[in-house]
Amino acid sequence: MSEQQRPSRPLEPPILAVDDVVVRFPVAHSMLDRLAGRPPRAVHALNGVRLEVRRGETLGIVGESGCGKSTLARTIVRLIEPNDGRVRFEGHDIGSLSGSERRAFNRRVQMIFQDPYGSLNPRMTVRQVLTEALTVHAMRPKSEIPARIAELLDLVRLPADAADRLPHQFSGGQRQRIGIARALAVEPEVLVADELVSALDVSVQAQVVNLLLELQEKLYLTVLFVAHDLRLVRHISHRVAVMYLGSIVEIGDTEALFSAPRHPYTRALLDAAPDMDPSHRTGRAGARGELPSPLDIPSGCPFHTRCPYVFDRCRTERPLLTERNPVQRAACHLVDFGRPGASIVA
Amino acid sequence: MTAAEDILSRPAVRRRRFGLSNLRGRISWTFVAGFLILLASLVLAIAPGLIAPYKPAAFDYKAILKPPSLAHPFGSDNFGRDILSRTIWAYRIDLQIAFFGTLFPVVFGTFVGAMVGYYGGWLETIFGRVVDAVITFPFLVLVIAIVAVLGPGLFNLYIAVSIVGWIFYARLIAAEIKVQKRLDYAAAGRVMGYSTARIILRHLLPNAITAALIYWMTDMALCILLGSSLGYLGLGAQPPTAEWGVLIADGKNYMSTAWWISIFPGVAIVITGLGFSLLGDGLSDMLRPKR
Repeated sequence: MSEQQRPSRPLEPPILAVDDVVVRFPVAHSMLDRLAGRPPRAVHALNGVRLEVRRGETLGIVGESGCGKSTLARTIVRLIEPNDGRVRFEGHDIGSLSGSERRAFNRRVQMIFQDPYGSLNPRMTVRQVLTEALTVHAMRPKSEIPARIAELLDLVRLPADAADRLPHQFSGGQRQRIGIARALAVEPEVLVADELVSALDVSVQAQVVNLLLELQEKLYLTVLFVAHDLRLVRHISHRVAVMYLGSIVEIGDTEALFSAPRHPYTRALLDAAPDMDPSHRTGRAGARGELPSPLDIPSGCPFHTRCPYVFDRCRTERPLLTERNPVQRAACHLVDFGRPGASIVA
Repeated sequence: MTAAEDILSRPAVRRRRFGLSNLRGRISWTFVAGFLILLASLVLAIAPGLIAPYKPAAFDYKAILKPPSLAHPFGSDNFGRDILSRTIWAYRIDLQIAFFGTLFPVVFGTFVGAMVGYYGGWLETIFGRVVDAVITFPFLVLVIAIVAVLGPGLFNLYIAVSIVGWIFYARLIAAEIKVQKRLDYAAAGRVMGYSTARIILRHLLPNAITAALIYWMTDMALCILLGSSLGYLGLGAQPPTAEWGVLIADGKNYMSTAWWISIFPGVAIVITGLGFSLLGDGLSDMLRPKR
């Protein structure tokens, strides 16, 4: 995989917008809890997430496990109802779509799943999976379906005779291609890829990721690429959003974000990533301590319990995502953090 | 595509096709044995007149309580009726009991189980209480009580078994649907915009129903036993209908002198029950999906 980054796209209107979305998962509240007077608790999976995705771009979403990136992906495709805030697709709130609008939304926004074993019905052949997608959304007349299936398999580089086989007859990488083919069958505009390759061998990862890149160019797809692998995200994304405990702490053009992170957490994340080149080893401190429980998100800045630069204001006031330069925004009270020439250059 | 990629994207070694041939090499001997036993039983049930040497209720006062002989291979009873013929004619009644006694439970239980498993919530709470209420009583006691209230006879037997039996199917299906609906292929169906009916019927049920199908086979055997038990107690099929339980009851007063009256219908029950069990066992091997 090359380390070179993709130039950012010309400015396009946002196709997807996430407006202050909050998602809470209630934790089981037993009779005993009620008797003891304990209030019901909830996991704050998303804690006011705001972002925009431009048509044709790839937005990478990174963060530690449990930071809410998968929840964000699932909220965007309507698998999860937000408790607060909304997701807009071309300006329309996806939570209030009518029946036919919802079908159109489902066709235009598709998802590829993380688990290559769970994401395919073990009893359906590839042909059945693709035929179902093509017929339910009336993508092709019946007579053209076999030809379209051959086309789709070719598109994801699966052999033509794969059509009549069952999922268990494929490898993990091949299954992810089937998942991609299923999503592409309905000719979507937005593709949400949730940890597309994290379950695959490294050798296969590159193939699947490069396939996705190629398909994006060919079909001018908008891609949301959710992953925890920084190098992968850097390779594939035009822009990157960094999540921490249900919030976006930094978002910006890939090149800018990776070369000059403006949030201490991004810095820590980049420093923690393994690097083969000893000259890159900085020996910087990074984040201290453990990730707090999403049941009990710290007050103020969610990162203040681990931040090496913490000061009083961080403990009480939650920083908003504000512009640092035309291509980068960060949620940190230290507005100079990471700015070249500033006093706090991390 | 580079050579390396070409190798990696080539189909895996296993090249089985879908369809019946997909089961080839997976057909187990238990399935074949069970299938053959039940096929033979079915032939006996469909055309007993062609195979049985006598009419089931034909009295012959010259051959009362005769032990097995060439004329009466399984012997004869206290009215001179041929036990072989009666055992054969009973196939028709007892296979009917097996089928009709389980039909409603399978269909209704699957439906309820799918709903409970998929939607959960208060539906699951109510269902849980119903299950508790029903399984508190031993199955047989409950069925006997219901038949006693409704009155003896086959139709009331079906009603009694149906009232109780669907619970077990619903439990199996609900548990399995709950597991399946959490898998990503169900989420993929929702992202695709498929209707809930399609997701349940086309995607979840085919993956959830295996255990219930196998239980169905066992249940048919149990249902024959139950039908026979009730026939024996005088609550199921009524004499002179040739039904295995009734036949065994007929012979109970002659056990010490004419064992053949009760033994041969009993053997028929055992063989048919074995057939269902073997079939279910074989099916469970064959239907297990590969991951």
